[in-house]
Amino acid sequence: MGKFFAVILTIITLASAYPIVTHQYVQPVDISTHGHAIDEQLSDTMAEAGFAFLGAQLLLAFFVWKFSGRKGGSKVFHLPGGAKLMVATAFILVGTEVLALGVLGQKAWAEVYFTAPKPDALQVQAQAGQFAFYFRYPGVDGKFASLHPDKIDEGNANFFGLDPANDIEARDDIVTAELDVPINREVHLMLHAKDVGHSFYVRELRLQQDFVPGLDLSLHFTATKTGKFEILCTQLCGLGHYSMKAYLNVLSQEDFDKWMKDRAAEQ
Amino acid sequence: MQGKSGYVAGLVALAVCAIVVHAGPSGGTVSGKVTYEGTPAKQKTIDMSKEPSCAKQHATPIVTETVVTGPNNALDNVVVYVSAGAPDDAAPSQAAKFDQKGCQYLPHVLAFQVNQTLQIANDDQTSHNIHPLPKINREWNKSQPPGTPPIEEKYDKAEFIPVKCNIHPWMHGNFAVLKNSHYAVTADGGSFSLANLPPGKYTITAWHESYGDQSQEVTISGNETKPVNFVFKAKPY
Repeated sequence: MGKFFAVILTIITLASAYPIVTHQYVQPVDISTHGHAIDEQLSDTMAEAGFAFLGAQLLLAFFVWKFSGRKGGSKVFHLPGGAKLMVATAFILVGTEVLALGVLGQKAWAEVYFTAPKPDALQVQAQAGQFAFYFRYPGVDGKFASLHPDKIDEGNANFFGLDPANDIEARDDIVTAELDVPINREVHLMLHAKDVGHSFYVRELRLQQDFVPGLDLSLHFTATKTGKFEILCTQLCGLGHYSMKAYLNVLSQEDFDKWMKDRAAEQ
Repeated sequence: MQGKSGYVAGLVALAVCAIVVHAGPSGGTVSGKVTYEGTPAKQKTIDMSKEPSCAKQHATPIVTETVVTGPNNALDNVVVYVSAGAPDDAAPSQAAKFDQKGCQYLPHVLAFQVNQTLQIANDDQTSHNIHPLPKINREWNKSQPPGTPPIEEKYDKAEFIPVKCNIHPWMHGNFAVLKNSHYAVTADGGSFSLANLPPGKYTITAWHESYGDQSQEVTISGNETKPVNFVFKAKPY
């Protein structure tokens, strides 16, 4: 019975490693300048976790095979040092692994979070609310008007709480339901939650960041391929969470300029 | 002789009929037009790309409906009703119907009476969650996946109630819950007509979701038609 279990364990282990090792799961296309670093990090993590997984499971199967069916009364061999040394060793091994991943990954992380966007980056504010994303561009004057939550009037398409009656800066702010950006230009996205926690996730951009009520969080990226990509909310935010999405349109500079001009004319 | 009396009886019957038809249910009428002066706010295009099943129902994208105007400064979606002078009416048996179609509320403004059945249908391939926001009636919100039978509700107090969808933030409508049957909602040109008003003194009120309300007094003394017009001040923002 013990030997049978060892065989089953080995089969399950190898079968679950097979699709990973042979790259059956293809990564979605990467459309960002920083995405390759994230992909490398994911690959390193998978390799490290994969070796640990294979080693642990196969060793387990080996011991089960070797020591199964033994008669009672045989002497048990203990490693020197007892449980304390075992725990300490495991702690150091796992700690080293996590630390190594952290050291390897710090560059990928820093590129997104510890470097400031360039001053000429395109400024866009992203607002998440139950259950849609809205985006705001500063308009012709290049300035974002201040927000007044009491002025939010969704039936009137005032999703951000602008006050165009009293605030001239608000009159040219462009509010859209899709995020349109030009190719090869840095975008500085300021995340703002209207109600509860949400998340901004574009897998092709290799970006995922929570919206936190009360905090204005910052993200920056440069898209390198034109196309239409999904922006999803990946933080359970309520009843309509499943339908909370928007689209990211990466346009050529020419198309983007035209799009921006058309939006400005609508104001 | 017999033939003659039959003739007279017939004549009398005809006269009685004529009187009944003439004076019966008609009564007086208040009719007029609702217009605006000034510049109304520019309505904004609604982008519903996140809900493709709805977006594809609109060949050209729809716009917000907080101010809907017509030719010659006509103002639509104004509820004109008798706010004082008429007794409260019992609710009619037929339901007031409100539809969710193309991620839009149809009609944008629905007027009905206190305790009248309100029937809300979902004609979309997506879930809606209708959430009227009353201040004095009981508040509720109801989820309605595609294919769900219509929701039936009633309101027991007169009130103007904004309506929103908890899933689609751009969806917006209004309920006007009224005490009597003398009301109209202006459409396609701002004109309205309130018929069957017995002689008496009435307050006629016009309500608009963005511009508030206005009232006028009118006295009906017979089968007359009294003109009443309302002019709202439009603001660009």
